[in-house]
Amino acid sequence: MFSSALLLLPPRSSFLQQRKIKGKVAAKIKTERRESPRSLTHRPTRSSAAMTSISQDADREKMRSVSVDLNNDSSLLIDIPDALCERDKVKFTVHTKTTLNSFQKPEFSVPRQHEDFIWLHDTLVETEEYAGLIIPPAPPKPDFEGPREKMHKLGEGESTMTKEEYAKMKQELEAEYLAVFKKTVQVHEIFLQRLSSHPVFSKDRNFQIFLEYDQDLSVRRKNAKEFFGGFFKNMVKSADEVLISGIKDVDEFFEQEKTFLLDYFSKIKDATAKAEKMTRSHKNVADDYIHISATVSNIGAEDNTALKTHLEKFSELLEKLRKVEGRVASDQELKLTELLRYYMRDIQAAKDLLYRRARALADYENSNKALDKARLKSKDIPQAEENQRQCLQKFDKLSESGKQELTSFKGRRVVAFRKNLIEMAELEIKHAKNSTALLQGCIEMLKVN
Amino acid sequence: MAASSERSPPPFPESEEQELEPDLEDEDSDEGADIFTGGMLSDVVMDPPLPTSASEPAKDIFSDAPADSFNDPLNKTSAEPEKTESTGLSKAQVVSLVDKAADDEDLFSDPLGESEDVSAEVHKASQNDVVSKADLFGDDDEEDLFKEPLGAVTKKPQVPLFTEEPNDIFTEAKAGSKAPSDLFTEETFTAPSAAAAAKPSVNTGSKTNGLHSDEEDLFAEATVELSLDSPHNDKRKREAAKPSVPASTLSSSASTSKPQPKTLEELEEEENEDKFDLNISVTNPEKVGDGMNAYMAYKVSTQTTLSMFRSKQFVVRRRFSDFLGLYEKLSEKHAQNGYIVPPPPEKSILGMTKVKVGKEDPSSAEFVERRRAALERYLQRVVCHPSLLQDPDVREFLEKEELPRAVGTQALSGAGFLKMINKATDAVSKMTIKMNESDVWFEEKLQEVESEDQQLRKLHAMVDSLVIHRKELSMNTAMFAKSVAMLGSSEDNTALSRALSQLAEVEDRIEQLHQDQASNDFFIFAELLADYIRLLGAVRACFDQRMKAWQRWQDAQNMLQKKRETEAKLLWANKPDKLQQAKDEIVEWEAKVSQYERDFERVSATVRKEVIRYEKEKTRDFKKQIIRYLESLLQSQQQLIKYWEAFLPEAKAIA
Repeated sequence: MFSSALLLLPPRSSFLQQRKIKGKVAAKIKTERRESPRSLTHRPTRSSAAMTSISQDADREKMRSVSVDLNNDSSLLIDIPDALCERDKVKFTVHTKTTLNSFQKPEFSVPRQHEDFIWLHDTLVETEEYAGLIIPPAPPKPDFEGPREKMHKLGEGESTMTKEEYAKMKQELEAEYLAVFKKTVQVHEIFLQRLSSHPVFSKDRNFQIFLEYDQDLSVRRKNAKEFFGGFFKNMVKSADEVLISGIKDVDEFFEQEKTFLLDYFSKIKDATAKAEKMTRSHKNVADDYIHISATVSNIGAEDNTALKTHLEKFSELLEKLRKVEGRVASDQELKLTELLRYYMRDIQAAKDLLYRRARALADYENSNKALDKARLKSKDIPQAEENQRQCLQKFDKLSESGKQELTSFKGRRVVAFRKNLIEMAELEIKHAKNSTALLQGCIEMLKVN
Repeated sequence: MAASSERSPPPFPESEEQELEPDLEDEDSDEGADIFTGGMLSDVVMDPPLPTSASEPAKDIFSDAPADSFNDPLNKTSAEPEKTESTGLSKAQVVSLVDKAADDEDLFSDPLGESEDVSAEVHKASQNDVVSKADLFGDDDEEDLFKEPLGAVTKKPQVPLFTEEPNDIFTEAKAGSKAPSDLFTEETFTAPSAAAAAKPSVNTGSKTNGLHSDEEDLFAEATVELSLDSPHNDKRKREAAKPSVPASTLSSSASTSKPQPKTLEELEEEENEDKFDLNISVTNPEKVGDGMNAYMAYKVSTQTTLSMFRSKQFVVRRRFSDFLGLYEKLSEKHAQNGYIVPPPPEKSILGMTKVKVGKEDPSSAEFVERRRAALERYLQRVVCHPSLLQDPDVREFLEKEELPRAVGTQALSGAGFLKMINKATDAVSKMTIKMNESDVWFEEKLQEVESEDQQLRKLHAMVDSLVIHRKELSMNTAMFAKSVAMLGSSEDNTALSRALSQLAEVEDRIEQLHQDQASNDFFIFAELLADYIRLLGAVRACFDQRMKAWQRWQDAQNMLQKKRETEAKLLWANKPDKLQQAKDEIVEWEAKVSQYERDFERVSATVRKEVIRYEKEKTRDFKKQIIRYLESLLQSQQQLIKYWEAFLPEAKAIA
């Protein structure tokens, strides 16, 4: 039990320090998952030894569902079969299988870190040609603070718990840690998959380098200046956004989209936060069952009246219920919270697209003014005309591809929501039926005795 | 005493066993008599005088009434003497019976068929639970009246006769109706009654054998009695007659508390199995008064068939301090004897102040409900205790309209302060007493109790945190529901928008579910634990009482030792004048030592019995509550399935 905890735990956690265990401990997790039927034939089943395998998670549904608009094109298939957690860094193994000629080999794997993904995203954002596309949102930074903090607390409270209780709590935490880990892997995977399924992005040079270059990309982490520069840029951008938001859009579609997305974004952000809170408190309830079950079983052990068997049964049941309850919580997290979170980021990306278009519109109008001015002064007219023409062209192009992108985004969103909501409802029913069966069985047993 | 229940007889099992329990016994046998008259009548085409003759309290009845009735069983004359007999009866009873008679006219029209039905039903019911049987018997009583072709006139007097002097009747009734060997009946009963007695016994004969040991079955009991031979009946009669003598003058509590411990134990056993005879509920909490002088009054309603109470149903209003007062009185009287006196819920200054000051906020409503439920359980525990039930204070608490204001229950009063000091000194003396335990049982039990206490406290804390977390969950679910509803309103895809608002609705319902479950966690589970933590305190207190008794005994022994030494010294010093005094003292202390030793033995025995009783109760309580709790969980899971199943098509409808 303990050794597996070691594997899973980030070594910096105070919990480990407390035990004076030194040395680099890495957790390598093979993300086992059920292959989605769509890609079943293309993906080889992996059987390489996994350092950790948690059986109860094995059948857990994969979260692929979030990005459902992946086309069936098998020319470029990407997945992340392995990931290695080393200190704060997570190393992903990006595996690609392709039939495209632009790659040197049909199948290859490269090690990548989170920073590399961010770099890829940033280069895409900065590429002028992609201004009219919704750039898939960058995966969030791996965050293991939640379980780590909990582990810390658990280490502190160890003395107040019985052995089994402690073991169970640790097991639960490990499962949670693993779930976070898997989620991290998946969001990274989805990012790549969305790129690979996009007709334009899949041809991107940087993307192909990212996939193919078998050395460390050694992406320089942003230095302080750049970081603040980025920060400043963001500030300017939001100020600019406010400024140009006053401009009346000529196109009804975009005007509508803008108000819709702004409204929707704030709503979905709120919903995400609330869903997160809800799932967290659900987990707490499940954790409480552990303690109660352990204490009940202790009382049962000391009891020597007829109550003994009842208490034991009760305790067993609570233990089982706790597992179900925990599953309910994590499934909710997976199906609901993640969905909302992903679309929150996606909408942000769509909003960015709108901003870029609005910016182009503003530029076009400015160029119009400049042309007027130039005509008035009869100076630099051809230059201004050329500028104006370019701006218009850019704007039109942006508008066109933007319209397409937004429409497809809408369809994608609806399909994703449908899929996830159905799955969640089904899982909820399944779990509730499970609990019902458990409860009924136990009640009957108690009544008989 | 007079109005002992006739119409809805108490489902008292094991009357076979509790031979020294006159009150209960007599009701029982009354029943038996009635049933059988019912049965008999159906077979024999009615024999009106039968119950009458059986139940006649006075000797003179046997001289005239039975004779009449048997000469002319279907004649009005049989009723006449009874009527005259009953002139002393309370008018109210008569009136009520007339009412009943009017109600049941239809029965009267077809006495034969009906009665057969009923007898069949009775047979069936005998296998079922006691309560339903009680109802049937009630029917039977009535029927029995209406079967008599003589009409309402006869009925009126008859039933009151039953109720008039149950104490004496019961033996006679039994003997009269079932055991032909009895003197009186032998005189009065003729062939029809004998035949009647035989028939039902045949009807139920098969059951009789099987149910001999099954005391829960009233009907079987009756049949058993039927087949009993006279010596046994006589014995019963004699035994019953003894207590019935004081019973006529003393209150029932006096007569029941007298019996030897053995009977008490038997009674205990019964009490454990039979909970239907005394139902107490605490309802309608009501704020009385204003400001800091306000208090909560509760309606305490009792429903009972026990004859020790004046009526079958009564309601009193009590305030919280009355409950505390009851506990004070009981613990003063019984705790020192080693009884486990169930403790009432604690006083909560904070909670109560909130109620007093606050208007109608949910937390104070919850506080009141919590306290109400706790008080109800407290009272139920008290009356479940066989010895405490007999306490006049308990009866007074349940029955008496006005109760003198309980004093010294205020937490901050002088009395409270005194109590605290007493407790402190007790604790100190407890620490100083070093008892060399002679009985391993007690040592082990005490240890068990202490560790149990610890574990329960731990569990209670955990269940509390479960309640808190579940409330949080409920709150967060509500917020999420709102948020999703907003999201749904913003969504431009109609189907998705609809699905989202459906989801919001589902989450809203789930929120309610979580909230209900949280209160179930609390009221079913956490409160059970809180109760038992309190009860364990009482259990430990009874161990302390035993220790105290032991200490007294030891002190007395030491004293005796000293006196003996003085005597020896005096003897040595040859001081005859003081010698006598010393000798007297020795005798005195010897008596005291043996007295204290007996006390100690008695307390030990009581403690042992009480602890066993406590454990039994605990097992039952826990099992019951665990099942209840699981059922509540089950229900919410089932609801959950329903909600999500309703949602599923909505999700699928998204296009």
